[in-house]
Amino acid sequence: MEQVFKRPHALCDVPLHYCPGCGHGIVHRLVAEVIDELGIEGTTIGVAPVGCAVFAYNYFNCDVQEAAHGRAPAVATGIKRVHPDKVVFTYQGDGDLAAIGTAETVHAAARGENITIIFINNAIYGMTGGQMAPTTLPGQVTQTSPYGRDTKTQGHPIRVSEMLSTTSGAAYIERVTIDTVPHIRQAKKAIKKAFETQLAGKGFSLVEVVSTCPTNWGMSPVEAMNWLRENMLPYYPLGVYCDRTAE
Amino acid sequence: MAEKVLVKGNEAIAEAAIMAGCRYFFGYPITPQTEISAYMAKRMPKIGGVFLQAESEVSAANMVYGAAGAGARVMTSSSSPGISLKAEALSYMAGADLPCVVINIVRAGPGLGGIQPSQCDYFQATKGHGHGDYRVIVLAPSSVHEIVDMTADAFDMADIYRMPVMILGDGMLGQMMEPVVFEKKESGRCVPEKTWATTGTEMKREHNVINSLYIEPNVLEKIVLERYEKYAQIEATEKKYEAYKTDDAEFVLTAYGSVARICKNAVDELRAQGIKAGLIRPITLWPFPSEAYLEHTKNAKGIMSVEMSMGQMIEDVKLAVNGTIPVYFYGRTGGNIPYPNEIIDEVKKIIGGDK
Repeated sequence: MEQVFKRPHALCDVPLHYCPGCGHGIVHRLVAEVIDELGIEGTTIGVAPVGCAVFAYNYFNCDVQEAAHGRAPAVATGIKRVHPDKVVFTYQGDGDLAAIGTAETVHAAARGENITIIFINNAIYGMTGGQMAPTTLPGQVTQTSPYGRDTKTQGHPIRVSEMLSTTSGAAYIERVTIDTVPHIRQAKKAIKKAFETQLAGKGFSLVEVVSTCPTNWGMSPVEAMNWLRENMLPYYPLGVYCDRTAE
Repeated sequence: MAEKVLVKGNEAIAEAAIMAGCRYFFGYPITPQTEISAYMAKRMPKIGGVFLQAESEVSAANMVYGAAGAGARVMTSSSSPGISLKAEALSYMAGADLPCVVINIVRAGPGLGGIQPSQCDYFQATKGHGHGDYRVIVLAPSSVHEIVDMTADAFDMADIYRMPVMILGDGMLGQMMEPVVFEKKESGRCVPEKTWATTGTEMKREHNVINSLYIEPNVLEKIVLERYEKYAQIEATEKKYEAYKTDDAEFVLTAYGSVARICKNAVDELRAQGIKAGLIRPITLWPFPSEAYLEHTKNAKGIMSVEMSMGQMIEDVKLAVNGTIPVYFYGRTGGNIPYPNEIIDEVKKIIGGDK
């Protein structure tokens, strides 16, 4: 009988540690499917973040380096400069990429560093137990914004895709989400396009995946998807923010 | 035979690194070491290497992490405040067993301090920088010529022991010009192949992982213990020092780096005045050549640590002599350099006036 669905080869055959309903599992699978389809597992080097995806080095079958918090784009730069013919990607959350690693992210984009970043935006610090992230929405309750994020004292959420698309070094930036099957299919297309951008040597590519954190949002997985749709997508509109791949 | 050239210490480090096979340099400007970056920016593109000016010392050092993990001979350089920022990556590189060479051309501190020479980062270099149970090899050259030989050896040691090696200079050493012969010397060391590096699996092996995270205490403890076995081996085999006129010395000075050269002048002048002085110059600061201190102070009534700091190496000197003789200190700080006559006066004060 023909097998129509299986674990991608680029995803290790180990149990993931993520909470039920977490978006990481979906995005890991999409990245692994793209690596399989492009036939690049043997020539890809990943960089894992600090955050919930810290163990990504155990999940992707390609070579992986674990970076310090926020430094994944710098680590990826070091790898890419040594192996310009290899595919280098980072997998980072919002605290890692948009708070402690803002400088590394912005300058990797500005340099047009020929790497791909998979950026998971779930508006919260997951691993440390649900603190306010740079992407936490105004009014959103977290452990460190217990009365709701007050933009007067706690500032405004950063829209990463919009910000990075202003750099001339960025080649491809798209914001996607994973709340529905069509959106998941679109997310995979974006991830594939980002890797293809790198393979073509076009420069910096980033896919922002608007995702959920049912555990720290205090919701069921279904409620979390609804909350994402109603609250996050209006603030973080989906779409292609930068496409210089034809240039 | 290569010709003798007049070269600045900082430029000598850069050229020696290139001769040692370093093709990747990630830097950030800071006085008084910027010539290293400037030299690399000029040379690397001509020889197929990479020079990259990062957005911060934090980022530069993490680029070194990535390049080292990818199997390259890689270097970064900075000065005191910049090393504080590179400390994060130093800890991660020690924890992931990554080889690299870090140059520290020390300036006066704390804080922004000053840009003049100093040795006030001995503690940081030998005991500190980042978090965790770890060591880095620390080498202290005292001349531009010594920098050249040491840099080549630093890369070999980094690769053999899979750990960061720091060359600890100071603003004086980095900025002074001395005649140097750039000759490629074989160290005779056997540098192993980097089968652990992330170079892409090519679907021919299990994936390589560069990592310092171990959640299970027993696993992390085992890894740290194994690393300390390596450190013990380094302590047993890599200690280096120079003993100058110590055989009959009644009073011994000890200093490293550029201050050791000033102390040699003081030793010669003291001897001319009838005081049998000597000098112990540690060349490796970690591992610290403790044994040298008992061996070369047998006839000495005292030893004085001379430093461009408020007294940092003196703590290791005290441990080394272990109470056998009194340990004295003379230091200048803030970017001031001790003069031979100051050192001579201090020695005379200690041993009781002119002989």
